[in-house]
Amino acid sequence: MFGLKADWSLEVFERYFTMGDYAGGEARWCPGCGDFAVLNTVHRVLHDAQLPPEKTVAVSGIGCSSRLPHYMGTYGFHGLHGRALPFANGVKSRRPDLDVWVATGDGDCFSIGAGHWIHAIRYNVDMVVLVFDNAIYGLTKKQTSPTSPTGLSTNTHPKGAPLPAMNPLTTTLGITNVSFVAQCVDWNPPHLYETIKKAHKHRGTSFVRIIQRCPVFSPDFCKPLQEDSSRMLLLTHEKGIPADDSVRRIFGEQREHDPGNWIEAMSIARDERKIPIGLLYHDPDAPVYDDLSSRGLEATNAEKIAAVNRAFDAFAI
Amino acid sequence: MTTKTTSGATETPKQRGAKIIKEHIVEVVSDSGEGAQKCGQTFGSVSGKMSNGVWTVEIIPAEIQPPARSPAGASGIRIRLASKRVTNMGDEADLVVAFNEQVLFSRVANGAYKKGTIVLLENKWSEDPQESIRQQYAAAVKEFAEHGLVVHEVPMEVECLKLVKDARKGKNMFVLGMLCHIYSRDLDKALAEIAATFARKGDKVIKANHDLFQSGYDYAASHIDYHWEIPAEQGDLGPTLVTNGNTAVGLGVMAAGMDLVSMYPITPATSATHYIADIFHEAGGFIHQAEDEIAAVAYAVGASFAGKTACTITSGPGMALKTEVLGLAVMAEIPLVVVDVQRGGPSTGLPTKVEQGDLLSTLYGMPGDAPKIIIAPATIEECFHFVILARKLAEAFRGPVFVLTDANLATGVQPWTRPVLSEDWLAAPIDQGAWDRNVPAYDWNETTGLSQRPIPGQRGGEYVLTGLSHTNRSKVAYDSDTNQTTCEHRSRKLAALAQTLNPPEIHGDEQGDLLVVGWGSTKGAIEEAVDLLRENGHRVSSIHPRFISPMEPGMQEIFSRFKKVMTVEINYSDKLGDPLITEETRRYAQLAGLLRAKTLVDVDCWSVVYGHPMQPGLIYSELEQRLRA
Repeated sequence: MFGLKADWSLEVFERYFTMGDYAGGEARWCPGCGDFAVLNTVHRVLHDAQLPPEKTVAVSGIGCSSRLPHYMGTYGFHGLHGRALPFANGVKSRRPDLDVWVATGDGDCFSIGAGHWIHAIRYNVDMVVLVFDNAIYGLTKKQTSPTSPTGLSTNTHPKGAPLPAMNPLTTTLGITNVSFVAQCVDWNPPHLYETIKKAHKHRGTSFVRIIQRCPVFSPDFCKPLQEDSSRMLLLTHEKGIPADDSVRRIFGEQREHDPGNWIEAMSIARDERKIPIGLLYHDPDAPVYDDLSSRGLEATNAEKIAAVNRAFDAFAI
Repeated sequence: MTTKTTSGATETPKQRGAKIIKEHIVEVVSDSGEGAQKCGQTFGSVSGKMSNGVWTVEIIPAEIQPPARSPAGASGIRIRLASKRVTNMGDEADLVVAFNEQVLFSRVANGAYKKGTIVLLENKWSEDPQESIRQQYAAAVKEFAEHGLVVHEVPMEVECLKLVKDARKGKNMFVLGMLCHIYSRDLDKALAEIAATFARKGDKVIKANHDLFQSGYDYAASHIDYHWEIPAEQGDLGPTLVTNGNTAVGLGVMAAGMDLVSMYPITPATSATHYIADIFHEAGGFIHQAEDEIAAVAYAVGASFAGKTACTITSGPGMALKTEVLGLAVMAEIPLVVVDVQRGGPSTGLPTKVEQGDLLSTLYGMPGDAPKIIIAPATIEECFHFVILARKLAEAFRGPVFVLTDANLATGVQPWTRPVLSEDWLAAPIDQGAWDRNVPAYDWNETTGLSQRPIPGQRGGEYVLTGLSHTNRSKVAYDSDTNQTTCEHRSRKLAALAQTLNPPEIHGDEQGDLLVVGWGSTKGAIEEAVDLLRENGHRVSSIHPRFISPMEPGMQEIFSRFKKVMTVEINYSDKLGDPLITEETRRYAQLAGLLRAKTLVDVDCWSVVYGHPMQPGLIYSELEQRLRA
């Protein structure tokens, strides 16, 4: 833009990527949809990291949020309903050089893909998982989702969602080998940015639940939170998500929480009177599946043939 | 008096000369967990190493530990050994060793035996403390005799207890010793095979098993009158491997240079990954055991999208679960090898038993039009080579390739030529060079539908794969023309492949009264039956296409040279004459229906779903009846 090759930086880049390099087709979500904010933030984080777009893969399932890959300038994989996580794990399995992002929703991840959710957390493949949780099925037009608040009127439950809403935080925290659990809201850009940035830096599966506005089908899910931020609890800690003064001013309810403390994280997540935002849990040392799945990548043709011949020997007569 | 020979064998002074025979079928049947299969596998391996023709097949109960002494619990193995090459499990057994009398009942009911089949039967049950067991045993022995079986009672338990405290563990080696004497097997080869089997367990275990083996060998030498020799007449086979079809698939995966096998445990497919699980990484690959069938195929598709060659191995119920992802692989043109080791269906069906029931569901079991390549290996050797072929086809034709094997190939064990490995079989390293931005991600050739694909990491090739209808730049497009033309492109890939195929080879004369068409594991049995019919003056031939989709060319022309055409398959079909079954209501066997639609020839069929491999004798009598009619 304006003939400038780079931002104001003294560093010399061999290739410099602008925000535009990470952007794809024009996003077509409803006006006021929270997904726009997340998309822009992902572009920003990638831009800051200056990762080559061709080395980045955005994987998704099916749903409103799963349109995200189409709005990226990177490689993308717009998969099937519920299957984003195994697709993404497969992409990364033999290509540790790729930067993998997953965009999924509450229906995609917590309902039809719930089995994969549990196991993806356990595999702990190095990737970012952004769950766009608007507590409703949007693309299919207003059906109850696992996180729909009790009583929310939907097309499948006109008299109100009958079950207590699922708590994705306690579920995720309860999975063996969980390594990164954060929660944020789409309408606070600085906190959203810092959360996704931190998630991207973590080596392992970074699970980020984004409470996301759907002004068309579930306005009552986010509006009360936007209007009364005291219903939320900002988690602060030097190892947590950085929160500047603007964030702290909005979220007056705060709690110092060490993300290494799992028991405390679980008790914060369980307390549904206050919705926590910030980093609930972080274990940078949890084993990542990539270390296992990338075995043998360096084998040469000669080594491969020798290995098959050794295998033959076991059955030779 | 007995004396030790140099090889450690003991022979009676009255050593009988062995009678020369061409072939025999032997079964070892026991309760589950008594090691009959290990015994038979070792016997088969030793015979293979002696250059005999061998086919072994396991007799598997569906439960891991069914109740002892129950007909349903029959677990064991059949070994068909011959002077010449053997291609199938054959018909009735000549000799069977049974660890108890009850397990024999299910085999008798299955028609596994004939008048004159020799039964070497554990006799400890005749003195069992429980009267009911003693009575069962006596009644069974009587009943077997009435069936024409020749029963010899053998004190296996008593003999084994001279060497070990628990005869349940080790009786199989005693039996192996008996069989090796009865069939004049090479002792050194047998001892070496046992040592190899127990190598991981240490010398003490090897010694104990050698002693049990020797004891069985000596017992047969001095107590059993049968002594046969089956000389190998195949000549020098050259370097040879002895494996079952599943192991051949696993070795094929390695030899194809695959990066990934992504699977979920399912009978009878899983063992394809068992042998290579520990060594695949040495050949540059990784086995991912996914959380479910869907995740297994999704993981493979993800890896393939990223340029890595991937494979998933499953069976019918797994295929059903994977269907949606496989449709995506067709729609988004992602190379993938899918091995379906077919078992009995529908639903959970017959998990351990054979059926060729997945042909139509593989071909058509997806929403919309989903053209795909389907190949069916007909031998254990082809199980190996077809995986390599499938990988190449998947990449060249940019889509999933289905390899349909079955439980018969999976568990049958046969010697086959050791392949000379080639670098050409290995997957090429992925291209990470820059992609010309002017070339779309689906640069379809108008005639062939073929295209090159960009791989993540290639600068300039960035595209978003989608299962939605899409343009050549992979942009979502719901318009009529895009959907129509992209369907055409995907379909034309099959026509393009068909151009490169040859018509099937005809087994027998080029024309005649009857042409039998088979596919998959039935080749050996069909050809054996056809050969016997031809020897008896019938004008019968057979073909065995390996490419099912696209179909090998020239079918209609070949059919025109025969008065009648029929398929022989292991899947369900109605039989004319059955209640309510008329020409109008009759449902045909799967390949038969396909061939009828393709060729407009009145292709008949004979198919059964007994759960066991096709037997040459059954085919023979069915075909002979039709030829006489």
